[in-house]
Amino acid sequence: MSAGRNRLPTFAALIPGAALRRAAAVSPGDIRDAVRRSGLRGRGGAGFLTGVKWNLAAAAGGQEKYVICNADEGEPGTFKDRLLLSDFTELVFEGMTLAGRAIGGRCGIVYLRGEYRYLVPHLESILAKRRTKGLLGREILGVNGFDFDVEIRLGSGAYVCGEETALIESLEGHRGEPRNRPPYPVTMGFRGCPTVVNNVETLVLACGVAAHGPEWLRSVGTEDSPGPKLLSVSGDCTRPGVYEFPLGTPLRDVLGAAGGSDAKAVQVGGAAGVCVPRSQFGRRLSYEDLSTGGAVIVLGPGRDMLAVARNFVEFFNDESCGQCTPCRYGNAALMAGIEKLEQGRCSISELNDLLALGETMQLASKCGLGQTSPNAFRSIASHFRGEILGHGQGNGGGHE
Amino acid sequence: MDPLDRHRLTAEVVMLAEKYGRTRSGLLPILQALQNHYRFLPDAAMQETADLLGLHPVEVYAVATFYRFLDIERKGRFMIRLCRTLSCDMKGKDAVARQLELELGVPFGQTTPDGRFSLGWCNCLGMCDHAPALLVNDRVFTGVTRESVFNILQGCRRALSSQVAPGRLEGPDVSR
Ligand SMILES: Cc1cc2nc3c(=O)[nH]c(=O)nc-3n(C[C@H](O)[C@H](O)[C@H](O)COP(=O)(O)O)c2cc1C
Ligand code: SF4
Ligand code: FES
Repeated sequence: MSAGRNRLPTFAALIPGAALRRAAAVSPGDIRDAVRRSGLRGRGGAGFLTGVKWNLAAAAGGQEKYVICNADEGEPGTFKDRLLLSDFTELVFEGMTLAGRAIGGRCGIVYLRGEYRYLVPHLESILAKRRTKGLLGREILGVNGFDFDVEIRLGSGAYVCGEETALIESLEGHRGEPRNRPPYPVTMGFRGCPTVVNNVETLVLACGVAAHGPEWLRSVGTEDSPGPKLLSVSGDCTRPGVYEFPLGTPLRDVLGAAGGSDAKAVQVGGAAGVCVPRSQFGRRLSYEDLSTGGAVIVLGPGRDMLAVARNFVEFFNDESCGQCTPCRYGNAALMAGIEKLEQGRCSISELNDLLALGETMQLASKCGLGQTSPNAFRSIASHFRGEILGHGQGNGGGHE
Repeated sequence: MDPLDRHRLTAEVVMLAEKYGRTRSGLLPILQALQNHYRFLPDAAMQETADLLGLHPVEVYAVATFYRFLDIERKGRFMIRLCRTLSCDMKGKDAVARQLELELGVPFGQTTPDGRFSLGWCNCLGMCDHAPALLVNDRVFTGVTRESVFNILQGCRRALSSQVAPGRLEGPDVSR
């Protein structure tokens, strides 16, 4: 929603074209250096240092290199990339072009979730506009050898395809099943070539760094989590929407802004994230504390926490690619456990077994989907143990 | 389009293969375009695609069955997918589901006997700030209520009778 724009001061202040003009005047190494010194970390969830990623891809050998913008945005409760793609479109493509210049790649691909297909005509029109302006195509801004263009490819409704190696499998025409890592995409990615995969928001922030220098990012946030972060706030609050906050902001402040201060708990980071009870609303959104791709789902005073856990476990059962046992079997077992809890037939030793199973899933699953899938259940079971054990026994509980 | 015209189908697959490339990377865009056109992937379409890309049909089938938005069984002219993930769940997706079933007379997972509508679930559509949300083919509807379910279905019916392309459905604008 365009009305959300004024909630995004840092992003709204960026001017398309500025980053590329700076980038055209300096060497690719200078761009990478600025990004590295800014401390920019990936906004897709994992928080990997963008400068390090770009350096690795630049150093990797190979004729062709690719820049992939991860616009799969499948994490439940996340919708901030939708806003960037619709209202800050030029900056998304500019960030990709910048990354191309930085690593020596000429091909960019936006992997757009199928759910956002309605954005395609808009995206194509902005691409055409940038080609006309000489910001895409051959000899960008008249710089010899600075060639870059962008292609849009669509997903088809599979959450796991947001995982970077599954995404690449999907682009190559296969089932979206994650690969073993290493090798990482920076050395062996799309079509076996060095590939940088970055989240939409990361690419936009890289534009700010290229245009204004590393200090621009470091002027807000914390030492280890520099810069602003977009948050997608939904659930039991009066003002849901996309918000910009400096990394390191306490959860309480976000709830205040979105009109959700009476929350019982908040699910931070979507289905893959953790449930934070009211007593911990002082915790901070940052890579050091509550790491998140930006989803903040507010759970109001009357919410049934076991129903929340069930919704997420159903999600993972549905979205698991089924390739490895800890994830496939584990999520089915968690579902069976939740059904027992709902009927008030789960003993404490059974609950403890489920929590131990969750730990195994975190350690033994092949990709991030399986590794994070027990997070919500485990955190709910630890903070709302009384409530979920009392379920179906006429004892609503409702206390931490 | 029904009964399936094999010649037209072949021509279409050839055209798509030219557009997206006769390589494995072209497979998903080709299947997506076929899905868009036929609202599912007929066996003959998967066979043609496999032949053109030099793949075994089983490989095409394996890809087709992996992705939720690709169907190997015939679906209604309008595929309705209601989001069942948490934010929509908390904002009344169950009421919307009941209303859809009432209006269409079929439960989730089924297609109306006239072949016009299919009902199904999907996961988070990235519209949680305007929950509950649903998809009608490619079109997103947000802030759906019992009342707007009726209007959305009426919009579909009007589109059918006026031969409007299903992508051009009327109705509330997609929120960005
Ligand atoms: C199951 C799963 C889904 C993911 N979905 C997304 C996604 O939708 N968007 C995204 O940017 N990253 C997603 N990621 C993270 C990517 O694998 C990758 O780390 C990220 O795109 C890197 O970009 P960044 O460093 O700029 O954050 C997902 C990871 C997993 C395990
Ligand atoms: S952890 Fe789950 S999603 Fe990831 S590879 Fe294993 S089965 Fe597939
Ligand atoms: S939970 Fe339904 S759109 Fe996100």
